[in-house]
Amino acid sequence: MNAATKHSDTLQLVPRGEREIVITRMFDAPRKLVYRAFTEPALVRRWMNGPGGYSMPVCDMDFRVGGKYRYVWKSDKDGSEMALVGEFREIVPDKRIVRTETFEGPWSPGETVGTVELAESGGKTTVTTTVVYPSLQARDAMLKSGMKQGLAMSYDRLEEVLAAG
Amino acid sequence: MNATQRLDATFSALADPTRRAILARLASGDASVAELARPFDMSQPAVSKHLKVLERAGLISRGRDAQRRLSRIEGSSLEDAFGWLRDYRRFWERSYERLDALLDELKAEGTRTVRARRRKGSRR
Repeated sequence: MNAATKHSDTLQLVPRGEREIVITRMFDAPRKLVYRAFTEPALVRRWMNGPGGYSMPVCDMDFRVGGKYRYVWKSDKDGSEMALVGEFREIVPDKRIVRTETFEGPWSPGETVGTVELAESGGKTTVTTTVVYPSLQARDAMLKSGMKQGLAMSYDRLEEVLAAG
Repeated sequence: MNATQRLDATFSALADPTRRAILARLASGDASVAELARPFDMSQPAVSKHLKVLERAGLISRGRDAQRRLSRIEGSSLEDAFGWLRDYRRFWERSYERLDALLDELKAEGTRTVRARRRKGSRR
């Protein structure tokens, strides 16, 4: 079945309850390293830029509770930009980061709260990201259309997406 | 089912890799249970069970012809689910693949040199 063995873990993405989306993925690295990759801007910029064709020219973060951050992605193709901004609410080193998240733009679903949790077992780290939407309507609006316009990521063939994971 | 329940059903149907693979197969054309079972090395009853879940979620429809009951992918509900999902999922999948590579690099660095313990907390 889908026989290709991947060396990387499969990402799980599921809605939970009325207002949440949960993304889970395991990494073959200790928690301390994963935490660095999520919290040091120079490292974040090297991986958090999606499916290709985008760079991340801005990755500012004042990494402390109450500190703000701003990420900007830029399309290589047409130079269009998308920004994500917010504030850190809670920081537990090597374990947990809670922050508010707002996409700048008319299609934004409003402010969401994102929690990243790291759990290590046997040298591997599971990253669980929970995004809480302000309302059921906001989540479903997001599910239906938000990212489509916002990220404007290149649409690959449906089969490829369906086969993913 | 209201729109939200439908969407929930869609997503839970998609949470299973076998069902995603079946959809991928159907994306390239309608197929019977036997045709679906073959490449997946599964029994026909097992495939039928997956097809029922997909049908309930509105992801496929199934023909009436009992002889050769073809399953067909249903575009609109996929579009609802994937308009957003395919981009969001792809964003994180590809980003996380890059993170895999970065972490390998950081691990290698860590074994080459004993690094001073990094100061935690505020940066920049």
